[in-house]
Amino acid sequence: MKVDQIAVFLENKSGRLAAITKALSDNNINIRALSVADTADFGILRLIVDDTEKATRVLKEEGFTVGKGVVIAVEVADRPGGLSRVLAVLHEAEINVEYMYAFVEKSGENAVLIFRFDDPDMAITILLNAGIKILTGEEVRSI
Amino acid sequence: MIWNEEFETLPREQLEILQIKRLKDLVERVYYRVKPYREKMDAAGIKPEHIKSLADLQKLPFTTKDFLRDNYPFGLFTLPLDQVVRVHASSGTTGKPTVVGYTKRDIETWAEVMARALACGSVQRGDVVHNAYGYGLFTGGLGAHYGAERLGATVIPISGGQTKRQIMIMQDFGSTVLLSTPSYALNIAETMADMGVDASRLSLRVGIFGAEPWSENMREEVEKKLGLKAIDIYGLSEIIGPGVSMECIEAQHGMHIFEDHFMPEIIDPDTGEVLPMGEKGELVFTTLTKQAFPLIRYRTKDITRLIAEPCVCGRTFVRMEKITGRTDDMLIIRGVNVFPTQVEHVLMGIEGVEPHYLIIVNREGSMDTMEVQVEVSEQLFSDEVKNLEKLSKRIQTEIKDLIGSTCKITLVEPKTIQRSEGKAKRVIDNRNI
Ligand SMILES: [Zn+2]
Repeated sequence: MKVDQIAVFLENKSGRLAAITKALSDNNINIRALSVADTADFGILRLIVDDTEKATRVLKEEGFTVGKGVVIAVEVADRPGGLSRVLAVLHEAEINVEYMYAFVEKSGENAVLIFRFDDPDMAITILLNAGIKILTGEEVRSI
Repeated sequence: MIWNEEFETLPREQLEILQIKRLKDLVERVYYRVKPYREKMDAAGIKPEHIKSLADLQKLPFTTKDFLRDNYPFGLFTLPLDQVVRVHASSGTTGKPTVVGYTKRDIETWAEVMARALACGSVQRGDVVHNAYGYGLFTGGLGAHYGAERLGATVIPISGGQTKRQIMIMQDFGSTVLLSTPSYALNIAETMADMGVDASRLSLRVGIFGAEPWSENMREEVEKKLGLKAIDIYGLSEIIGPGVSMECIEAQHGMHIFEDHFMPEIIDPDTGEVLPMGEKGELVFTTLTKQAFPLIRYRTKDITRLIAEPCVCGRTFVRMEKITGRTDDMLIIRGVNVFPTQVEHVLMGIEGVEPHYLIIVNREGSMDTMEVQVEVSEQLFSDEVKNLEKLSKRIQTEIKDLIGSTCKITLVEPKTIQRSEGKAKRVIDNRNI
């Protein structure tokens, strides 16, 4: 139910993001989802890739600070209200969302919401009980 | 082990008798043989016969680096060059270097004090001394080398640089003692980690680190990362090179000054007044025995205090505390005195902060700003913005608590701050440009 995510520290200077994506593509690693959190002073890149171990190794060799963590991927129909229903369920159960990002599947029918929770196990239980579809790591990687 | 029991444990009264005898001889030699010194003393109205007690030392004028530069290269040597067997020079950041000369006996003296210093750090015959101080015009390499040989240890004259090769040699030759700057020791530790070399499986036992100021927290860091005891050594080329004073491994607190050769004073850097024992100020040295290039009341620009209390190791020589900073490294930021070592102390005190940092000072309008760049290690990193913001806030608050001034903290990617192969560059002050 949990999906591996890697996070990379980005200094606030141009070309860093490009250096990461180049290192990954040079090593035939595919990016499935990506988001950048930006502040005035630094950025954090979050990535879901098809080979987490290899990506971690490659980026460390390139001198980046890399952290690993788990996120939860939720699949909803790509139409109005898809996201708000999920958020309502979480809010109801007082589950705190650290951050989230989303992308639309190739077919265009579904959207995938990536959530980072303090307590992922509790969140999984709540979401499943509400009948919300959670994707496995395998499923996300093969999108 | 005490290398020279007779001198290093001399009762204070006997030491003072020896010092005054040597001081009188020094002042005569310098006055009659070196014109610039004679002119300086004449201008101050002091003759050699006025020096009768150790307290009279205070009557003599100070010597500064500018005075050495004005007499570049050999103008302050007391003997003709045919008696000088070696010269060294320190790299000046601006203009001409400072040149120092040694007679055959000076080289002997240097080896003696350096052997004492190494013995303070428990180095002995049988040790394999990995000497990563630079060889050449810089006094570090050769100074440490002669002392280690005098002691009977096995010296690897590796000098600085080519860090991976150094590590291979450490492994293969079984180095037990590392001599380097503390910042280079950290560079070695980091390179070992990159190479997958486990420091605890090396034979390293003691590290003797000097030639730049470093904090207590930095000591802990080096000890932990290299699995050795880190001992502080002090010296500067003008006085003789490394081996002016050295911490004993028993106390690891303060460096014993080899006072039969080098006489210390602590002065107020602004007024030049001699401060009472134990107060913090600028360290000043008079070389009592040096022949070719003696110095009277040389201002080192290093800030420290003396410790008169007897030491557990049995040596009777006074100790000087770890150098807090230099009068010329001291940054005055919005009227507040800041030493890079203070910032270092804060950073090293935070778990996971890498011991590599850079202080950048700018002037915006009439306002000084200080920025501290800190590398984000894996241990510090988080995928959540708020955690990194909390970290930089914490560093900022701790620095403010210590120095009373707010600085900007910039988190940078690992290994972007330049690594030292000798003396680390800690400050970029853009205000003078
Ligand atoms: Zn001692």
